[in-house]
Amino acid sequence: MVGSALPRKEDAALLTGRGTFVDDIHRPGLLHMVYVHSTEAHALITGIDAEAARALPGVLGVWTARDFAGLPPRPSVPGLERGYLAGEKVHYVGEPVAVVVAADRYTAADAARAVRVEYEPLAVMATVADALAPDAVPIYAPLPGNLALEQQVTSEEVAAEVAAGLAAASHRLRARLVNQRCAGAPMEPYGVLADWTGAGPTVWATVQAPHRVRAEIAERFGLARHLVRVVAPDVGGAFGVKSSFMPELFLVPELSRRLCRPVKFVETRSEHMVHTYHGRDQQQDIEVGFDGEGRILALDVTLTVNIGGVPDPVGIGLATLTSYMLGGCYRIPKIAARYRSVVTNTTPTASYRGAGRPEASFLIERVIDLVARELGRDPADVRKANLIQPGEMPYQTSFEGIVYDEADYPAALDLLLDELDYAGLREEQARRLADPRAPLLGVGLSTFVEMGGFGPTPLFEQFGYLGGWESANVRMQPDGSVIVLVGTAPHGQGHQTALSQIAADQLGVPFEAISVLYGDTAVVQEGTGTMGSRGMPVAGNAVRQASAEVADQARRVAAHMLEVDADDLVRTGDGYQVKGMHDATVSLAEVAERAFKPHLLPEGTALGLENTSYFEPKNLSYPSGAHGCVVEIDRDTGQVRILRYVCVDDCGTVINPMTARGQIHGGVAQGIAQALYEKVAFDADGRPLAASLEDYMVPGALDLPPYETHHIETRSSFNPLGAKGLGEAGATAAPQAVVNAVVDALAHLGVRDVEMPCTPERVWKVMHDAS
Amino acid sequence: MRVEITVNGQPHTREVEPRLLLVHFLRDVLSLTGTHVGCDTSSCGACTVLLDGMAVKSCTVLAAQADGCAVTTIEGLAGQDGLSPVQEGFRQCHGLQCGFCTPGMVMAATALLTERPDPSEQEIRNGLKGNMCRCTGYQMIVESVQWAAANGGAR
Repeated sequence: MVGSALPRKEDAALLTGRGTFVDDIHRPGLLHMVYVHSTEAHALITGIDAEAARALPGVLGVWTARDFAGLPPRPSVPGLERGYLAGEKVHYVGEPVAVVVAADRYTAADAARAVRVEYEPLAVMATVADALAPDAVPIYAPLPGNLALEQQVTSEEVAAEVAAGLAAASHRLRARLVNQRCAGAPMEPYGVLADWTGAGPTVWATVQAPHRVRAEIAERFGLARHLVRVVAPDVGGAFGVKSSFMPELFLVPELSRRLCRPVKFVETRSEHMVHTYHGRDQQQDIEVGFDGEGRILALDVTLTVNIGGVPDPVGIGLATLTSYMLGGCYRIPKIAARYRSVVTNTTPTASYRGAGRPEASFLIERVIDLVARELGRDPADVRKANLIQPGEMPYQTSFEGIVYDEADYPAALDLLLDELDYAGLREEQARRLADPRAPLLGVGLSTFVEMGGFGPTPLFEQFGYLGGWESANVRMQPDGSVIVLVGTAPHGQGHQTALSQIAADQLGVPFEAISVLYGDTAVVQEGTGTMGSRGMPVAGNAVRQASAEVADQARRVAAHMLEVDADDLVRTGDGYQVKGMHDATVSLAEVAERAFKPHLLPEGTALGLENTSYFEPKNLSYPSGAHGCVVEIDRDTGQVRILRYVCVDDCGTVINPMTARGQIHGGVAQGIAQALYEKVAFDADGRPLAASLEDYMVPGALDLPPYETHHIETRSSFNPLGAKGLGEAGATAAPQAVVNAVVDALAHLGVRDVEMPCTPERVWKVMHDAS
Repeated sequence: MRVEITVNGQPHTREVEPRLLLVHFLRDVLSLTGTHVGCDTSSCGACTVLLDGMAVKSCTVLAAQADGCAVTTIEGLAGQDGLSPVQEGFRQCHGLQCGFCTPGMVMAATALLTERPDPSEQEIRNGLKGNMCRCTGYQMIVESVQWAAANGGAR
């Protein structure tokens, strides 16, 4: 079944309105929680008047920070502990200041509006430059300044070697690139429903790692984990932003405990845009040394990350992942990297699809194009001069522990150039350039590698997880059908389908005879979750391993039934047969039923056909590929139109080509969105300029092109399935494919960079400034 | 105030607040939770339903405005004989991932195919421009609608 484009098991419910998203769940006596958010970017709270709100019929109460003082802080950077609501001061517009609970959501919203918060404004530092200026004042009280973290990723020796490498290089250039702030904007905003009955709460929440959430809730309430049940039901997209520990994960159960009623919180979209954490927002200062062929000899990078008003434990260190991936798919002998994470008066930043790695891919792919332009060489040739060769795999990068698995980067690029008809495009480009009435044509390449398959335990522990393994429990039912419990918590990836395909192959049962369950800590054994492109490379292998074990158990029972050695059996369509004896058969259903009959099994045989496996990956995985984008630019308006977008992806073993295609499309769409449309902006006073879907340009069907997808399949040797993951590849590959194309179209004007998003206004201005 | 709204062929008479949105009437009053709320600016289209056969964003219609009207929601599409062609097209062509925008997208596509039984790719994209999807990048949604057009249309 692996490799078949089967329609998804998930779809029947979702297509008929029978899905179960958090806001679809009702409990008797349900109450609704609504936040009061800060309207100031930086201010002291001098008073909160909630009398009018409390007086509204149907309102059960209004709570502020001091009411939750007894609750241990949220998961935080050690020493920078954060609470649930703003206390003495607010750090960004949208920071929660108070919560209101009422009998229905309209009344709760009315009451939230009736809460009067008095502020004494403070100087606002909405940008990194302002926050690091000499006269800047510390924003986040536990920190003496706004530089929350300054990290030397590579040693002083490496820095000295890189400096020497730069000095010795025949060519060098400097660049500053900006990877702007984006919002994940899953179509379903964040939601939590908690019902604290008896000794602990049941919490339904839009999360990516229910077991981790359970652990964090249990710890804060002093409960043993068995008393807390966390359910991630159908989750309407997440893209990393549902992995942050938002205050509502803890406030909603706490209010349910206090009020002895179930309580629900569902974010509004406008609220999501300022409250749920954003991603990216990285400034990249680069110096690169190279030779006349474009071979890169030394790379020096300083990253500056805007982590927003309250440091998030993931956001503060994400640039570590950017640093590790700076070399891209190239053989770069020396790389020096350091980063600074800076507090500003903006919404905090943390994970967003790719989380740190798209920033790296963007950086090195833009650098390759800058080098090519500087030398007057073709960007494809400069890539070829630098690519790591397949014979060098697995490839130890210059970062300890970062070892790329098997891939064929040159083959991916060759296939891309072929599919693009690259030479033909260059001719067309020249023809259009000569015709002042023709729109300009640009071609952009992106040969990328990203980091997936998160991700051995020693690494994942650093992000606060119990482990980096994934778990699967496979149970054959007495009729031969199968239930798989898996520790992931997917939100659109199609794990029911893909994991069934993997189990079906191992067990020899039909795809239709398998159900996959996940997302409920009361049902599923300890699990890790869904993030970091880990579904197939980690969970897929756990399911494979547990299924293989159950298949062995079934074979032993069948051997007993047929009175032969297990080695003398062969599989048939629906069971087992003794080698060479066509009438000595037993069906899998008969075997499965027999497994529950102790009196008909050898003494001491464990009953049932069941196995729980934990798969610990030996390494991260490194999905890679080559993407190409062809754009045309209107000479009068600066409007960029994508004519073609071509993907060559190598995610190792493809489990389901149809869902794989979907993952690529979706990732590319978000990458194009970052390149052309999206930016979370703030004005100088820290006021959000993209606080709704009216202002934040999530692209629609007319704004995105069709995608041409191709695969090369190089199995990873680091896991038995050979899979590398695919969820983040598109978002990692696409931004620079588009930007390289835009810059390529304008290069004859002397343009070397266009900052994302490449809006008509920005492109027009760049064209006019250049000409 | 009192409204009488026929939903998926069933008449419902209820006392509602004048400000109650149609989407909340469907979700909270009638417990038809297939229609989703994805924004608060009528941008995303997750709440799209058919109001007397026309696709509308039910977050932009008051329940009071739907008084006396017939509403079709995602729950009203599949019949005894299974999924509607549009629903089946989405299944066959992987036109959905997380499924949150899907009910609205399916309703908008159904309305589109009623108006234009054999739309071009550009007409499909134009017809769905009021519905956002964050997972698919739209191409497989376009293919789903093309599949539906070739296999029974808006039925």
